[in-house]
Amino acid sequence: MSQQYPALLVVVPLLSALVICGAGWVNKRLCFPIAVAGLGVAAYSCIGLLLRVLDEGVIVYKLGGWDPPMGIAYYVDHLNGLVLVVVSVVALLNLIASKKSIDQEFPDKIGPFYTLYVLMVTGLLGIVVTGDAFNLYVLLEIAALTGYGLLAMGEDRAPLAALNYLYMGTIGACFYLLGVGYLYIITGSLNMVDIARILPPLYQSKAVLGAFMICMVGVWLKMAFFPLHAWLPNAYTYAPSAASSLIAPLVTKVMIYVMIRLILTVFTPEFAFNILAVSEPIVWLAVIAIVMGAILALGERNLKKMLTYIIVAEVGYMVGGAWLGNRAGMTGAILHIVNDALMTLCLFLVVGNIVHKVKGYAFEDLKGLFRKMPFTMGAFVVGALSIIGVPPTCGFFSKWYLISGAIQAGHYAFMVALLFSSLVNVVLFFRIIEIAFFEPFTDHHAHGHDHQPEPINEAPLTMVVPLLIVAAGLVLVGIYTGDIVTHIIRFAIPVSIV
Amino acid sequence: MVMETITSIKPLLAVLVSLLVVPLLISSKTPNIREAWTFVAAAAKFLIVLSMLPTVLKGTEIVYTVAEFLPGAAIKFRVDAFGMLFALVSSSLWIITSAYSIGYMRSLKEHSQTRYFCFFALALSATIGVAFSANLLTLYLFYEMLSLATYPLVTHHQDPEARKSGRKYLLYIVGTSIAFVLPAMLISYNLAGTLEFAKQGFLAGTASKPLIVLLLILFVFGFAKVAIMPFHSWLPAAMVAPTPVSALLHAVAVVKVGAFSVLRIITGVFGTDLLLNLHLGTLVCYAAAFTVIVASLIALTQDELKRRLAFSTIGQLSYIVLGIALLSPKGMIGGMTHIAMHAFGKITLFFCAGAIAVATGKKYVSQMVGIGKRMPVTMAAFFIGSLSVIGLPPTGGFFSKWYLVLGTLQADQMPMLIVLLGSSLLNAAYFFPIVYKAFFCTPEESMFENTVREAPLWCVVPLVVTAVGSIALFFYPTVFLNLAELAIGK
Repeated sequence: MSQQYPALLVVVPLLSALVICGAGWVNKRLCFPIAVAGLGVAAYSCIGLLLRVLDEGVIVYKLGGWDPPMGIAYYVDHLNGLVLVVVSVVALLNLIASKKSIDQEFPDKIGPFYTLYVLMVTGLLGIVVTGDAFNLYVLLEIAALTGYGLLAMGEDRAPLAALNYLYMGTIGACFYLLGVGYLYIITGSLNMVDIARILPPLYQSKAVLGAFMICMVGVWLKMAFFPLHAWLPNAYTYAPSAASSLIAPLVTKVMIYVMIRLILTVFTPEFAFNILAVSEPIVWLAVIAIVMGAILALGERNLKKMLTYIIVAEVGYMVGGAWLGNRAGMTGAILHIVNDALMTLCLFLVVGNIVHKVKGYAFEDLKGLFRKMPFTMGAFVVGALSIIGVPPTCGFFSKWYLISGAIQAGHYAFMVALLFSSLVNVVLFFRIIEIAFFEPFTDHHAHGHDHQPEPINEAPLTMVVPLLIVAAGLVLVGIYTGDIVTHIIRFAIPVSIV
Repeated sequence: MVMETITSIKPLLAVLVSLLVVPLLISSKTPNIREAWTFVAAAAKFLIVLSMLPTVLKGTEIVYTVAEFLPGAAIKFRVDAFGMLFALVSSSLWIITSAYSIGYMRSLKEHSQTRYFCFFALALSATIGVAFSANLLTLYLFYEMLSLATYPLVTHHQDPEARKSGRKYLLYIVGTSIAFVLPAMLISYNLAGTLEFAKQGFLAGTASKPLIVLLLILFVFGFAKVAIMPFHSWLPAAMVAPTPVSALLHAVAVVKVGAFSVLRIITGVFGTDLLLNLHLGTLVCYAAAFTVIVASLIALTQDELKRRLAFSTIGQLSYIVLGIALLSPKGMIGGMTHIAMHAFGKITLFFCAGAIAVATGKKYVSQMVGIGKRMPVTMAAFFIGSLSVIGLPPTGGFFSKWYLVLGTLQADQMPMLIVLLGSSLLNAAYFFPIVYKAFFCTPEESMFENTVREAPLWCVVPLVVTAVGSIALFFYPTVFLNLAELAIGK
């Protein structure tokens, strides 16, 4: 059984998506349990797989028994073992938390929604687990197409925003495919390990350089790396809550994973950081991404849209960290994949709860929320502290590694950008906390009992409990950062990076 | 001298006890049960701290590691003499302040009292966490926790003024800690490979002088809770909080966490030898001396009593920094004991200010002419508190000032001696007129009737206790003096 984990984690959700599609016709109420079961098995397999990797080291799984390079092989090492767990757990938690809001937002489209949802998770898990560059493209499109569908199910402006994303996302995927095509022409192989074996003598070739950069640009478009971010804010803002809280935490992070995988496995760190000599400008781009993301977020008077710009800044964190070219920076980037996925999930679930109760997420809608929804807002504060980077929440520790990396690389601009973004985040989040805490002001000064407290009107338990689990996770992951780094991430980074 | 250490979970318990009581506070059915839990937590905290005192006095340190994040940067506690001194002061005063809070909050019928007591408990957890931090990372963690836990207390009234002050509070305190302390901490870690406080610091020999100077500036100004000018104006703004908050947090816990952090930085991160060799103590001395004088001058002009006390606190905090920055043993003892002595004096003064507000609603010094006849006990306590802050016998404040003065002589810093003496005169100038006008005025001048009507007992008893405490510290200062001497390794 445990030998089959790599296949199970893709096949089970894939099949359950098909079953959900059929079950939706019979009885809508069947969809949710099947989805939970499918993603539950996937999450279980992912965790089992990570434990096996910790035990045995890299696992190679040949799909259908075909040998690479002809067949498709799945490679699971510490890097994607970790990301798999994050993706599957986040997807499962969000699925449970979002049930009520799905029932409320589109009662007549429950079947299609769950089908797309599970199919998208299949795509994301596949991207992470696969060891085949072309297979990755296929799964990328699966995840993207289902994602467009999910995002387009939102408010009035959602279809247009999703269409915009579709154009940009398709261009990004095409770039990636083009790059892979180049690599195939050069090496005659699509298997990542195989390509990595053949490439080194060809590193001086312009075609290899072209292939790498084209792939990178494609991936950057997909992860909304500034200035290729323009599609993201609207697409995520107008999406239904359940879709945005799946896509916002995961898609950008999975694309960061793909970027790191390209740097570390398909090519070599030696090639990416030393032969190419593009690290410096890329880190500068990341600096600009962080600063611009922060500034654009400051301009928003709408919680959900503000969060989307924060994602743009966070993408800058990870790209910059990965391209610093040292161990601390890379550790920070990988750790931030985990942390940012959890933080973003936490905050988007909060938005989901608020939308569920208040039917809005503009700043004016947030007045008095600390009284009305104390648990949701408590989780919001934890999520906000993590984004700001206050210990012991996990956001602090990834920031620690990123800044350490910047110091070691002598890249002080990146350090300043990270600090700047932390400070801006303080302003961003306390602006909201102020509105939710102080407003509406009563006529007289708030002394005495004449302060009429609004009754508590919290979101349903199925929404609040997963949210609180995520919020607690932010602190726990923070406290056990040391273990995550020494037992998992340390092995994910090749020894050639110091 | 090799320090003996023992591992014990007590420091963690001391931190957690007030954290764990929060759910109990929230779920309490009546205010009386809630307040009972507060007292249980406060007493438990004090007893846990006290139970470690004999061990610490023997020269043994108590350590406990929660989680190791990086080598040399763990979430780790270490109870040493200096931490013990600070923890004793804050945990004992929490008990008294809890009693005072009941009197104050109930008399004024304040809203959201459960929230108030919860965040008070959180703030105390963070304070003890800072006191027992074994390294810079843990200290930073609890420092930030304290900033955030006190925000809802400062903004308790939830009106536009509270919002404005809250903004200022966060901007100064969280802003400086992220912009200054965080990078300084990371640079230090990358230089030295550790953040563990050491007897002679861990930065010696790792960096050039300009970098050391930069780090020193980042740290000293970054811990803005110590309110060295120009990062002081959050403290007067924070006076919008209910008075018990101003009394315990903004005269004792929060501000002294700032002073404590700066002391730890100077002794545990840089080390006195390093700073002596590079002649950097003087730099900090002058920044502190400037603050001492200017804050005292501003205090003279403040009519609102709590703001006058706030500026007085700003000045007194810089005494502590000045004492340490003299880098002489006597100065250090003075700085450390001043944490305790000033705490008892200043909390008495704030309690009095609150009691006056509760009993009469008056907040301005100019409205307090003749108040001594109406509230004799309160004003007598006020007199004792001001004696202690000025540094006159028979109060504990005399000892810390005495050592500070000896420290300036030992370090051969005549200008600092003049600053200390001059500012003592200024202290007297902004306190004595209040007391004088309260008792000695013509019947026409008096703004109050001649009948004695004090604030409720819950308010009066605590302020009498702290006033008596100030006097007791004059006769029995040994515990704090011993701890301070131990801390500097004598």
